[in-house]
Amino acid sequence: MAERSSFDISRLPGFATVAVTVFVLLYLPIAMLVVFSFNAGDSVAIWEGFSFRWYPEAWQNEEVKDVTFRSLKIATAAALISTTVATMAALGTTRRRATRGQTFVYVMINQPLMVPEIVTGVALLIFFSTIKVATGYQGLGYLILAHSAFCIPFAYLPIRARLEGMDLTLETAASDLYANRWQTFRHVTLPLVAPGAVAGLMLAFVTSLDDVVITLFVKSAGQDTLPTYMLAQIRRSVSAEVNAISTLLLLLTVVLLTAFFLLTRKRS
Amino acid sequence: MSAPDDPKARDEARRGWLLSAPALVLLVVGASGPLLIMLVYSFLEPGQYGNVEWALSFKAWFNVVMTRDIFDGTLGFADAHLTIFWRSAKLALLTTLFAFLVGFPTAWFIATRSPGARTAFLFLITIPFWTNLLIRTFAINQIIRNEGFLNTFLLWTGIIDAPIVMLYTDFAVFVGMTYVYLPLMVLPLFAAIDRFDMRLLQAGYDLYASRWQLLRHVIVPVVKPGIIAGSILVFIPALGAYVTPRILGGGRNMMIGNFIELQFGQGRNWPLGAALSVVLLVVVTIALIVYTRFAAGSQDKSHG
Repeated sequence: MAERSSFDISRLPGFATVAVTVFVLLYLPIAMLVVFSFNAGDSVAIWEGFSFRWYPEAWQNEEVKDVTFRSLKIATAAALISTTVATMAALGTTRRRATRGQTFVYVMINQPLMVPEIVTGVALLIFFSTIKVATGYQGLGYLILAHSAFCIPFAYLPIRARLEGMDLTLETAASDLYANRWQTFRHVTLPLVAPGAVAGLMLAFVTSLDDVVITLFVKSAGQDTLPTYMLAQIRRSVSAEVNAISTLLLLLTVVLLTAFFLLTRKRS
Repeated sequence: MSAPDDPKARDEARRGWLLSAPALVLLVVGASGPLLIMLVYSFLEPGQYGNVEWALSFKAWFNVVMTRDIFDGTLGFADAHLTIFWRSAKLALLTTLFAFLVGFPTAWFIATRSPGARTAFLFLITIPFWTNLLIRTFAINQIIRNEGFLNTFLLWTGIIDAPIVMLYTDFAVFVGMTYVYLPLMVLPLFAAIDRFDMRLLQAGYDLYASRWQLLRHVIVPVVKPGIIAGSILVFIPALGAYVTPRILGGGRNMMIGNFIELQFGQGRNWPLGAALSVVLLVVVTIALIVYTRFAAGSQDKSHG
């Protein structure tokens, strides 16, 4: 600020004002939501004093507990599965000459990012409803399968970025020192990929935890997740209890994202 | 070119396929494959209680835009459907346009900060992008509802004496979508502006260009790939939006996403829902092709 020149060519009139307004407006609604989760009253607009009551109240709600555990279970399973297969795919598609097959794999992996969620949801509803009738199985497997699939691109991206920045000579050096393929993978490749895989795991977890649309179409009766439960609640009535749940979910996301940024930044 | 004959390369390629196989299988079963089944369903008869009857029928496709009068059997356009398509297109385009109008100055502002401040501002834009869309839409809902913060505040100040109805209108959906999709516009714009050579501005000034002329004839043409990328990235999810119109638009102000869902619920017309999904998918694919042609194409040019 001290060395502010009299004539800054990159400064365009009004741009800074718009930008600052955008940042304020971007955070204001979320901030209000968080603030009113600590409201003593039931209103989400009139402040009636500070209180923690909505947090224990949400936690004592059996349904909230139920859907939270279900969400965490699905997100954990989907994150582990998608990260495992994404790591393998990343190992199979990087560090070698580009081929036509590789382009196909890229397109397939990124496909969940391109197709609107509602379309994937509908397609899965049609597909799974037939399987549900044929097999009689109604469990969480469908949700885990669907979540694992759409989490793959999110897990794949950081792992691929990590592998592309990796020094190929390390693996060659290992095999020159008579390490077999497995030993090279276990002691050289895997430790190098690990930060990328952890980053992928976190993105996949957050993505699964946030999903509403696909879950809505795939779930069987009584399989509400936290987001689909919240969606139903928002329709019915607005109580600060939903604010409390949202605040906790936001906190979890921000913690995971900050960890993700720190993890991926160390590389550069 | 000798790759197929080279045993080492062939071995490598096979290993690549084997390693990618589990991911591909998962994606085919849990994402891509069912899209084909959906296409098949759009050519079947609707079942009485949902699902389908296995009989070939083009009725669903016909019903996407046309309707036959129940009483006299005359053909006409399905006005209700057309209204929903028009609203979806209008809201998605308005969202994209407005996101650009406020997103461009924001991206410019971030790109012209010092490196440290730039990282911080980028982080601030990225956080909402990753946080739950449902929660962000819900936050808007709480602010604009009749007994919400905005109306309460305006009533308290005496500017208005009855709450302004904002929730469950097209306007609410537009505001909500702009709010939730804005980061998707700012991030690619930032990437493009970041590569912009500021010396071009100096050159422009030296040639007596006004700021407006610089913006119009120097900045916008150079960062065009970023503008196209951002616009497509906002337009695609906005067109297929489901959560935002449901929470902010209510039952009356449906967009195509909500209309599709309706066919699988109360509507009990799975083939129509499948046909509408195919239509949406085709529109999105066209937008993506435009994106790869223009955005990716001109990026290569600037590198070469």
